[in-house]
Amino acid sequence: MTAVTDRQKLQYIAARAADARVNVELETEGMTLNIGPQHPATHGTLRIVAQLDGEQVIAAEPVAGYMHRGYEKLTEVRTYAQVTTLVNRIDWLGSFANEVPFILAAEQLMGIEAPPRATWIRTIFFEMSRIANLILFLGDMGVQLGAITPVFFAFRDREFVLNQIERVTGGRFHPNFDRIGGLKDDLPKGWIEDNKRTMEKVRSFCDEIEDLLMGSEIFQERTRGIGVIPPDVALQYGLSGANARSSGIDWDLRRDNCIGLAYPELDWKVWTHPDGDSFARFWVRLQEVREATRIIDQLCDGIPSGPIMAKVPRIIKVPAGEAWISTENPLGEMGYYVVSQGDLTPFRVKIRSASFNNVSITPWILRGVYVPDIITILASLYFILGDIDR
Amino acid sequence: MTHALLGLELAYWQQTIIRVLAGVTAILLLTGGVVYLYLFKFVSFMQSRLGPMEAGPYGSLQLLAEVGKWLQKEDVFTENSDRFIFGLAPAIVLASTFLMFVVIPAGPNAVIADLGTGIYYVLAMSSLSVLGILIAGWASANKYALMGALRAGGQLIAYELPLVLAVIGVVIAAGSLNLQDIVAAQSEGEIFGWGGIGNPYVLTQFVAFGIFMIAVQAELAQTPFDMPVAESELVAGYMVEYTGIRFLVYFISEFATAVGFAAVASTLFLGGWALPASWGISDGAMHVIGPIVIATKAVLLVGVVFWTRFSFPRFREDQLQRLAWKFLIPIALANILVTAVLKVAF
Amino acid sequence: MTDDATTDTAAEADEAAPTDELREGIVEGFRERLGDAVVDTEVQPGLDVWVRVRADAWREAAEVARHHLDARYFTFLSVLDWLPSPFGRSMDAAVDVELARRAGEEAAAPATELAHGVTGGSTRFQVFARVAKVGHPNDFWGVTLKADVPDDTLTVDSWVPVYAGADWHEREAWEMFGLTFVGHPGLRHIYLPSDFEGHPLRKDFPLLARQVKPWPGIVDVEPMPGSGDEEEGEADA
Repeated sequence: MTAVTDRQKLQYIAARAADARVNVELETEGMTLNIGPQHPATHGTLRIVAQLDGEQVIAAEPVAGYMHRGYEKLTEVRTYAQVTTLVNRIDWLGSFANEVPFILAAEQLMGIEAPPRATWIRTIFFEMSRIANLILFLGDMGVQLGAITPVFFAFRDREFVLNQIERVTGGRFHPNFDRIGGLKDDLPKGWIEDNKRTMEKVRSFCDEIEDLLMGSEIFQERTRGIGVIPPDVALQYGLSGANARSSGIDWDLRRDNCIGLAYPELDWKVWTHPDGDSFARFWVRLQEVREATRIIDQLCDGIPSGPIMAKVPRIIKVPAGEAWISTENPLGEMGYYVVSQGDLTPFRVKIRSASFNNVSITPWILRGVYVPDIITILASLYFILGDIDR
Repeated sequence: MTHALLGLELAYWQQTIIRVLAGVTAILLLTGGVVYLYLFKFVSFMQSRLGPMEAGPYGSLQLLAEVGKWLQKEDVFTENSDRFIFGLAPAIVLASTFLMFVVIPAGPNAVIADLGTGIYYVLAMSSLSVLGILIAGWASANKYALMGALRAGGQLIAYELPLVLAVIGVVIAAGSLNLQDIVAAQSEGEIFGWGGIGNPYVLTQFVAFGIFMIAVQAELAQTPFDMPVAESELVAGYMVEYTGIRFLVYFISEFATAVGFAAVASTLFLGGWALPASWGISDGAMHVIGPIVIATKAVLLVGVVFWTRFSFPRFREDQLQRLAWKFLIPIALANILVTAVLKVAF
Repeated sequence: MTDDATTDTAAEADEAAPTDELREGIVEGFRERLGDAVVDTEVQPGLDVWVRVRADAWREAAEVARHHLDARYFTFLSVLDWLPSPFGRSMDAAVDVELARRAGEEAAAPATELAHGVTGGSTRFQVFARVAKVGHPNDFWGVTLKADVPDDTLTVDSWVPVYAGADWHEREAWEMFGLTFVGHPGLRHIYLPSDFEGHPLRKDFPLLARQVKPWPGIVDVEPMPGSGDEEEGEADA
């Protein structure tokens, strides 16, 4: 466990003290504020029932389920190849990344390994979806804090990434491109050169955001020390991805448990931040977008030639067994526990989505904060409704 | 006060009607222009998009389309709202905005009422809008509206102080509360004995100018001080239940107030309608040139307001209170002290 | 299941070292603390490890994992319903019939007995959860814990006192499978409306849309790149 910094300790103590004050000193009639289900800060239809004392939150309870689509049940009546269409819609901003762990789990059960070229292209799109997803976070964080200009930059530059994805997969949001044993198609001609330019644009977007938003004193004032999550609490609640790394937990599935993707052959870095506050979460994600562009550049340079599809049976029947595969998705650890009984359809698929765990910490973290900080904290925890409700 | 306007001898009531009509037309034209120029086009440029392009050349008639849309919308009262007060609130806000313009001079005699205590009248009228906002929040019977209204109340009162204190520096320097006198003082003044461009107080009272503009930003509830309407948390604050024409009234008064404060700031700090130094232009000509001069200055200052609005995130309300009480007010007080000392010394 | 493990890809790559000291060590750690409460274990070398414990040791297993084995990261908790679907195997059955027809055989009858997966089992419901040790760049592992839930009571100890994050997962499991977690601070609906009846993820809860209209296109799927030539003709048939 990474050591708790002094800053974290102080902020934690301050938060607890604020808690105590709310309960003892300011005993007034409270107010229940329903934030959502239709609210600009909830990225969809999450509802947060907050008990307020003035502007301070006494208790907050997230209410999910307004978008529950029952994917775990639906997967039981779909073939393995059809499931990827469904899981695309879980984290709809980084759709391709949802397909990868499921396909990897199916491949592990079938004993198939995708050819190297397919693996590398998978890794490219895995990182592309990370960029497509996190760019929007970087802009959206500004909107939640009142700066509406960055999000326009985010949409503008995200478009370049989506165009690159669309050129290969034919889909901007839901590529459904991954297949058991490889990929649907190879990269088109000239794609790699264009991709370099796109990555350049993404990097300059990161610089722009750093100047415009992260460097702003008001932004720092609003985010530093807000919503501090100590590492141990983060792990108990199963926070993963950038949320865990910004609490100083040096853990990245791409490095620690990389199955079926090309990360071990690349030179890249896992970014962590010791503070655990909203600023740290923003900072880590900004660095991750930059790192992703570097990863993609390396992948484009070193992409091996060869087939993109392994030999797979005509009708895919997955041998009986159980497999758990999780990958480091844009939102955190996304995993599938696939149980097969030798049929065309999975017997049971447990979908472990990152946002579900990330949001489950909100009752703990929202106690004692002010209403504007609810928005900061929710924005910095960064959830996608589809990823909570599945 | 002379009763001659543009060389014509008119009765008092005729003059008043002309002045009021001209004033209202000027306010609406300027407000519309500012909305198109900044809210539609300047911001679009900042955010690398085109903005409205379809209605009229370069979307210049977009505002009319928007007004038409708002007028068509259903006028919704929520079930638990206090109907009378709910309907009254936008009127109060709009009235406070229009009353602000009464004393702002646009020429040697182009002013609706030339009050001796002009600047204090302006500040008093502008604070009336708090009343409208507070009752709007309460009458809406909506928690978001209530929180927005309370935030607005706290914020507007907090920023009245630096606003007033910043103005005092100017008042001391000019030796008058009358806006015409302040304009004259700037036009004919000297900076340490040099009178080439008069003495626009933005040069000698730059601290007051800075504080005034920050306080104006807060009075207008524009980002970074837009906690009362914070659209990402309170949705639209006190305006959340308003639709149609009532929302339009808020919209107009928001931008008209921006123009009003910008006009006050140009009068106080940028020399108002007068050109720098006395260039020997006759009063008659100044009645044509003056409105153009002050409109230009005001529009430029509104530009600063919008530039800031679309560049920054917003403060939390405790942070913006801290800014007002811990930084702006002490600095404004120090400015008054220094101004008074210099005034006596020179 | 052990046979499957040897055919797995990573296991093949790891063939030089078929034993996995790290994961064997984890199993040992559980055995040491829980004694005979560990019912069955499974290690897929280089891949994964499963530990099945008795239901009454379910919370203790979590404590062992968290406090003694340093698996402080809670991944998920859910439930497996091993009942074969009473509604038949829907399109699986259709494909089986089609394949059997091509092979000139009778299609096998759908299974009616519980067929448990890795580490076996004896009851219809199994609660399973995953925890991991994270935060150390070169020391990462995860373990899947399972426990049979008694068929008569359908209750099991809650993990919330050990892993606070289990809260929502147990609420989901309670509403989707009808299992009760003893010691949970507030089992209430998380996804479904509060007046919802039934437990949707149970195998005997019908997915009505699919009962009414079968999912099309299972036999005549479009050809995929890389699919063998010898199977192309079959697909056209």
